[in-house]
Order: sequence, then structure tokens, then C-alpha cells
Amino acid sequence: MAVATFGESVKRTEDPRLITGRGKYVDDVRLSGMAHIAFVRSQYGHARIKSIDTSAAVDSPGVIAVFTGADLQEELGGLPVGWMLPDLKQPAHPPLAFETVRYLGDAVAVVVADTAYQANDAAALVNVDYEILPAIVNAEDATKDGAPLLHEEAPNNIGFDWEVGGGDYGEAIKDPDVIVVKERIVNQRLIPNSMETRGVVADYDAGKGNITLYTSTQIPHLVKLLFSLVTGWPEQKVRVIAPDVGGGFGSKLYLYAEEVVAGIVARHVQRPVKWIESRSEAYVSTAHGRDHICDVEIAGKQDGEIVGIKVDLYANLGAYISTFAPLIPTYLFGLMLGGVYKMPNIECKVHGVFTNTTPVDAYRGAGRPEAAYLVERMVSRFAQEIGRDPIVVRRKNMLQAHKNGREVTTGVMYDSGDYKGNLNKALEIFDYRQFRADQRAARREGKLLGVGIAAYIEICGMAPSAVASSLGAGAGLWESSNVRLHPTGKATIYIGTSPHGQGHETTMAQLVSSELGIPVEDIEVLHGDTDMGQFGTGTFGSRSIAVGGAALFNSLQKVKAKTHRLASHLLEADPKFVTFNNGTFAVEDIADKTLSIQEVAGQAYAAANLPPGMEPGLEEVSFFDPQNFAWPNGTHLCVVEVDQDTGKVEVQRYVAVDDFGNVLNPMIVDGMTHGGVAQGIGQALSEAAVYTDDGQLLSGSLMDYALPSADMFPMMELDRTVSPSPSNPIGVKGAGEAGTIAASPAVMNAVIDAIAHLGVKHMDMPATSEKVWRAMQDAKEARRAERAAARSQRS
Amino acid sequence: MVTSNFDYFAPTSVDEATSLLSRYRGEAKVLAGGHSLIPMMKLRLAEPGVLVDIGGIDGLSYIKEEGGGVSIGSMTTYRELATSSVIQANYPLLADASARVADLQVRNRGTIGGSLAHSDPAGDIPAVILAIGGSVVARTRRSSRDINIDRFQVDLLTTALRDNEIITEIKLPALAAGTGTAYSKFHQPASHYAITGVAAVVTVSGGTCTDARVAVTGAGDKATRARRTERILKGKELTQAVIRRAASRAAAEVEDSLNEDIHASAEYRAHLTQVHAGYAIEQAAAAAG
Repeated sequence: MAVATFGESVKRTEDPRLITGRGKYVDDVRLSGMAHIAFVRSQYGHARIKSIDTSAAVDSPGVIAVFTGADLQEELGGLPVGWMLPDLKQPAHPPLAFETVRYLGDAVAVVVADTAYQANDAAALVNVDYEILPAIVNAEDATKDGAPLLHEEAPNNIGFDWEVGGGDYGEAIKDPDVIVVKERIVNQRLIPNSMETRGVVADYDAGKGNITLYTSTQIPHLVKLLFSLVTGWPEQKVRVIAPDVGGGFGSKLYLYAEEVVAGIVARHVQRPVKWIESRSEAYVSTAHGRDHICDVEIAGKQDGEIVGIKVDLYANLGAYISTFAPLIPTYLFGLMLGGVYKMPNIECKVHGVFTNTTPVDAYRGAGRPEAAYLVERMVSRFAQEIGRDPIVVRRKNMLQAHKNGREVTTGVMYDSGDYKGNLNKALEIFDYRQFRADQRAARREGKLLGVGIAAYIEICGMAPSAVASSLGAGAGLWESSNVRLHPTGKATIYIGTSPHGQGHETTMAQLVSSELGIPVEDIEVLHGDTDMGQFGTGTFGSRSIAVGGAALFNSLQKVKAKTHRLASHLLEADPKFVTFNNGTFAVEDIADKTLSIQEVAGQAYAAANLPPGMEPGLEEVSFFDPQNFAWPNGTHLCVVEVDQDTGKVEVQRYVAVDDFGNVLNPMIVDGMTHGGVAQGIGQALSEAAVYTDDGQLLSGSLMDYALPSADMFPMMELDRTVSPSPSNPIGVKGAGEAGTIAASPAVMNAVIDAIAHLGVKHMDMPATSEKVWRAMQDAKEARRAERAAARSQRS
Repeated sequence: MVTSNFDYFAPTSVDEATSLLSRYRGEAKVLAGGHSLIPMMKLRLAEPGVLVDIGGIDGLSYIKEEGGGVSIGSMTTYRELATSSVIQANYPLLADASARVADLQVRNRGTIGGSLAHSDPAGDIPAVILAIGGSVVARTRRSSRDINIDRFQVDLLTTALRDNEIITEIKLPALAAGTGTAYSKFHQPASHYAITGVAAVVTVSGGTCTDARVAVTGAGDKATRARRTERILKGKELTQAVIRRAASRAAAEVEDSLNEDIHASAEYRAHLTQVHAGYAIEQAAAAAG
């Protein structure tokens, strides 16, 4: 491998390790004397714990100890809330429940044994005597008088009421020319399925009183901080290591009960302990995503001008407030309700509601997919209502292109974008006019084709810390980097964000390589160990490159400045005349006077001939806190065919034009888009978490939770526009979530388009075969009834 | 996802295996490919005290043409069925159904005998064998008997097999000249089991349907012959109208036991059964020439 450049599709350097089974995940951590733990979990949605009999478990082979919630109550503390809202209710969230269980899977006891099998066998022998309480799973119903109450401190189960807006929606719709279209839209609950489930190994050093947690997380530094705050364990004695992490999609972005319990239990039994989550366990104990019930209306005029949107949202929080749960359905949702449109009037109310379900928090896109889905579904719904083409309506309302900041109705400042440019490029690739002709022809042959469009914008690059703090963030959201050049000129860098599939080891090395002219294979990228480097916030919200990459870029500039000064000194030239290209310092117009950066690094350590005042060594640190967020945007188009007989939906074509700002590694960005679109198609067509009214999970395994599979996707046609972001020095925006945000509205708009001629106007996700078939049946039935009524009127 | 404790035996002969079943009668389960039993054990829905793994017994995996028909060893995998030229030539619907069971890993391990013995209400193989006809050879330590496939599936996850018996072979009859076959399935999006699957074996002679066997899986509590559908087809020319009318009765036998779950209501299942019965019969009729 040679020196890499910015914009080159460098192959992922981590892949040979990861795809040949030589990665090191939490389950690969095997420590001397390590014991295993298993959790006893509630089988009910809501119940009072009358008593727990652990005697049979204690006597079971290999068992070292059994702890109930009551046993550890004092040491475990309560799980934290990382984002404040005005009047947010924060009921205590014990890592092990000791009085009441509030959702299926709520942990009540933990068993420690020599092997994982013994721990699981013994866990099955723990006898919990429950008094079953009435449960509630629907967020809207939970707010009604008389609904089962989860927490005394949250009357009507309301965790928070929040609102945002701009303009005056109420005034705008008084105009007699304004048409208001209303829908009730449900954004169904999703269950994250990272390839590696969660897991933790806790290693207690009795001599020093230190604890090391190996955990499958997106936020090792925050886990360290939060673990320390919750348990009172001195922060300098806590080390958190995120080894290779096999996916997360947001679900590994919190401090979890199991991490706290493992640490405390390790101290009790004075042995390292390991817990690896099973997939069935993950379905109830790892945070879920989405779950919105929304009354929405969009208002506009017959000529296609949209004047506003109004949203009243019940956001399901689950049984407790997970670490970032207050942020997701509020700022990350409400601020995005203008989409890429002028949308002069916005009114949004959000009710966060407790229910007897697994806590809900960020899931790929986190708030923005829910917002984009509402906006894009309703813009198409409005176009259908006024009988105009959805493309025409979008174009009429789109914001003009801008390069440096545009304030929108919700008060935020979009950074840069050419929204119509995205649309035009996508239409050009797609050949929209031809499709409409094909669609008509196909319909005559009994084939139902539909096209769906989604023009989205989303908020990334979190975040300007002062802004985030004023909105409720419990921690700064900057990133850090440390660049160390060794005496041989090789480099080791430490970054504050650690990957769970994104390819940081490649892209960060690529950035170093392109700036310093060092070959990629000479650069070691370290991450995910809190003892190795200074604080970092974590990998989420498509922020690693926009914030962490920018921090790294700034460290590299410092390295360049120091090496430039040293090289000039060594070359005995005025720095003004010393150039630096491709790893080589040269003096202008003097061919033989050069030094490689490797030679300069060696001299920095030899320290035999440093300029006056220069310290030896070559290591630089930077902290980057952005001035604004970054705002990726784009237009996606999707074609589906609906089977007349069965209602089955097949995605036939998918075109995506995205503006991710400058793109460091196009191959990796394409891969993220593919994955994101796949996930969005999954939500649109098949995925759904389904609870019974008493809180049992019917979609409790991969046998019933329908993840999308490869046969559901066409080859995706990807292209880009580039509006560099002014929010960071490298002009990048972030690409991890965009596909998910755009795909579900694009697919659903296509499904509706395919059957709109029958009279279908809306359908909630997922568009399962039965739902589509039923919508067609109902629409045909309604038509028949209409015709019959018309006939009887005539006669 | 950890099973309960169990004792594990790996016999190397049918005699040894059946002896173990007699010795641990009531406690023991036979482990074939393991793709139905092991998931149930991991969820602790099944907690057998003894597992008798018949995977180490030589001579249970074969496809033989004999007496005009074909005999299939019970440990023959889906993959072997799907790729066998004998199966492809004689019972194309069995090859086709086997190729579409679950995923490659399951097809490499799952067996025809295991599928029949487990009798999953949404299994593909039970319906296909019902439509072909034939018998299941069941052996105990002392005896062997042939169970007619029409009497084999008894109820949900229940067959005519006794708990000391092992399926050693499936005997399929030769299909008459002019017979066409097809299997049409609508799969559940998560598990890829059949929400409904319809197997049709249709014989046409001189433009008239002389014999028809149609079986439905997924819709009810077990794979079931659609006898009313068969009666409509027999003796008639297989026009679009006849096929449509026959297909419309395909769910009749399972009307009272239609499954209903988060993936398909009873009403939708009945509808899909009719749709796929139409597809299967039409394809089988076309293949019959």
C-alpha cells in the first residue's frame, strides 16, 4: 500500500482480520479464573416481586453466588439519564429490579458460576414469586385516565411534554385557500440486530481496587464516566475497553444494567466475570427504536405551495428512560420537520410516555428517520390530495441551494446543500417520465408498479457542545485525537471514537496518510481503550468523521507545523521556501536539499539539532468542537411492484443521490449507504416488534422478527452531489444513517403509488403482504359500495 | 439460549438406536439433522432427557430407484434431494421444494426423515410427500412396518410414529405417464417457513385429468390433502375455470383449524392457500402436458 489520498477508495485494512475470524470481540476475552454470569429476567410485562427463592440455584453445580436486586441495591445505584428536558420525570432505574418489574426482560437477579452453562441452568432455578399487575404497552393509551401506572412520579405515565415550532401554523390555515390533509401515522417499534450481541467482561484488580470492563459498546469513554458516576467507583480506577465491536446501530450507545452489575459482581466474587447476551435476551434487554404514534397534518394550496405541518406525537419511552431517550423524539425529530422545504409554519408537540416495554432509545437515524418519514409521506399525501405530481410539489417548495448557512423555521442553521440539484440528478438517472409511461402500460397488463420519492435532510456532526449543553446534553460532544510519530517515522494515532463496523482504522489512517505522506501500512490506529488516550464521546449520529476526523486533521496540522519548522532548521533554509509534498520537505529551487518526514521524525527524537525552544519528540493532541452541526441531504427514488394476488411488495429499483459533503473514502461511504438503505427497506416492508396487551413480545426471535435479507434488494444505483460542509475543516458531513432515513419513506411512497389508483391513500409500515392485500381489498370494496350507492340514487 | 441437561448417545446402527429408544422410552428424542429439535431445546420448549443422534449410522442416506418407484433413506438431506437427478426426473416438486427450504445451512443438515417425524405444521416436505403418495418405513428393535403417508400426519407436531420407532426409509410410488407436479409456497418473511404451501400432482390423459393429489401445508395444524379440490379436478379438462374453482376449495379441509399469527390472519391464509393452489395446479397441469 502506498500513500493514500483524500477521496480514494482505500480497501478496508481491518477486513482481512475481521472476515477471517481473527478479530477480538468481548467473547474472545478469556481471563484466568474467569467466571460467568447469567441474569434472571422478568417473564411478565408488569409485576410486583413478592419474594425470590435462590436456594435451588445456590445449590446448583458450579454456582459461586446468586445476587438479587435487593442484595446489591446500595452498590448498583441507578442507571443515568444523559439528556435533560424541562420537567423531565426521571424515575429510579435500578440495574436489578427489587420491588417491581416493569417490562418483559427486566433483570431481577444474577447468578455467578464456573461456566456459562451452569450459570444459565442455575438462573432457571431461581424462583421469583410475582404478583402480576395490569400492563400497558401503547403510548397513547398509557396517558389515558385509569391506565396502569408505571411510576408514581409520572402521572398518566407522561415522562415529558415538549414542543417546538416556528411561524404560526394556526394562523396560516385560516386562509380559505389552504387545504389541510390529516393522517394518523404510526412509526412502528424496531428491534436492533447487531451481528454481535452485547457482552461484558469485568476484571477486578483486588490489589489496586481497579476495575476493567471489556464491553461491546459505541461509547467506551462515556461508559467509564457513567459507570463511575453511578457506582461511585473513582474514575481513575475504571478502565473501559471496547475491543472489536460487531455492530450497534445505536443500541450500544448507553450505559446498560449488565455493565454495572458485572463490575459490582466481579468485586464481590473477586474473579473476572463474563456475560454474553443471547439473541433472545437481546430482544428484550437491549434498547428498541422508533415506536411513534403521530397525528399529523400538512397544509397547502391547490397550486402545490405547502404552508406548514403540525405534529402531535406520542413517543414510547418504554419502562424507563434510557441514556439518550429524551433527545431522540424531541430535538432530533422536531427540528427536522421542515425537511428540505421552506415549510414556513411548524407546530410540534411531543409526549414521551412510559409503557411496560423494553426502553426505547436511538436506532440508526434516531429521530430523523421518524421526521423524514412523516414529512416525505405527508408531502406525497398532499400531492395526491391536490392531484399533482409529487415531484412537482417538492420542487415548488424546496429551499434554494446555499453554501454557508441557512436558518430554517425550527431555528436551526442548515450548513450547505443543493436540494434541487440532488433531485435533478436523481431524476436524470432514473428517467422519471419514462417510468410513468411504463407504469401506465404495466397497469393495463395487470401489473402494479409504483415509484416513491424521498428528499431528506438530517442532522449530523454532533455537536457544538455549548449548543448541545443548552438543549440538555449531559456531556460535551467534541472529539479528540492524538498523533504520535515514532523515531522511525511510523505513526500511532489514538482517536476518541471507536468503530463498530464503520472502518475507522482505514479512514483515519487514510487521513493521516494523505496529510503526512506516510504509507497507510505504517499507521496504527488505536481506539476504544480509555487508558490509551484522552476522553472521546463516541461513535453515533454519523459524527466520527465530521467531528473525530476534524480533530485528527487538526492534530495533523500541528505535526505538519512542527516538522516543517524542524525540517527548515535542518535544511538551513528559510521556512518560507520549504515545501512539503507527499511526505518530503524540499527547498524551493534546490533539487538535492530534501528531507523525508521519516527523517525529520528521527531528528525530533534524536534532539541533537533542534531549533531554539523546540521540545523533543513528535506527538500532538487536538480537541475539536464544531461550530455547527453537519447536514447531509439527498433524494432517493424507489420502484416497487405489488403482486395483485397476494399483496407482496418487491423492490425493483433504487436510486440514491446523496450530499455527504467531501467524501474521504467513497467505497466505505457507498457501503454505508447500501446498509442504510437495506435497513430502511427492512422497516418499510418487514420489521416490526409486536407486543401483546399484557407486555409479552410476540416477535421475540429471528423466527418472527423479519429482518430483510439480500434477496429483497435490487442493485442500488448511487450517486452524489458535493456541497462541502463549512462546519468542519475537511468539509465532510457524515454518511452512516442517511440511507435509513431516506429509504423507508421512499419505499412506502412507492407502495402507495402502486395502488393509489384504487383509492389507497396511506398505510403504516411495515407494508406486509397482508396489509397491502387488505388495503387493495378495502379500496375495491369501498369503490363497489360507492358505485352501488350511486346506482341506487339514480334509480 | 442454553438447553437443559440431557444424556447424549451416538449409536452406529439402527438396532442400537432402536434399543436405546426402547430403553429410554418416553424420555428420548431422536436427533437427525437437528434443525427443528435443537432450536426448540435452546428455547427450552423441548427438554428431552436423552438424545439419540442417528447421524452416525451408516446407510440411512440414499436415493434408490426400485420396483418402479424410488426409496429414500431417512437421513437424506434437503440438499441431496434438491440436487439428485433421480428426484429431479421423477418428482420435480420434491427437488424444487427441497431447494427452497430455509437456507443453505439448513438444507445441508436437515433431513427428509426429520422433517416428516417432526411434522411442523408449516414444513414443506410433509405436503410434498402427501401429494406424491407412498409410505414411511418405521422400525423398532424387533419389527418394521410401512405407514401409508395418508395416515402418517396425525395432528400438530404429532405423527403415527411410536416413541420407540425410527423412520428408516420413505417409499415413493412411480408416477403414471402424463403426470405433472408442482409446489407453490408463500413464505413467512422471518422464518421462511410456509405461511401456505400447496403441492399438486396431476395426471392428465387424453385431455382429461385422471388423477390428482393436492396437499396443503402451513394453513392448518398439519399437512392435509385438499380432497375437495382433487374431486373437482378429477375427470375434467383442466381449463382455467376448472382450476380456479378447484383452487377455491383448497382451504376447505383446514377451514376449522386455520392458523393465525402476527404474519397472517386466518382469512389471509385461506386466501393465499387458494392463490397458491391455483399456481401449483396450473403448473402441474402444464407439466403434465
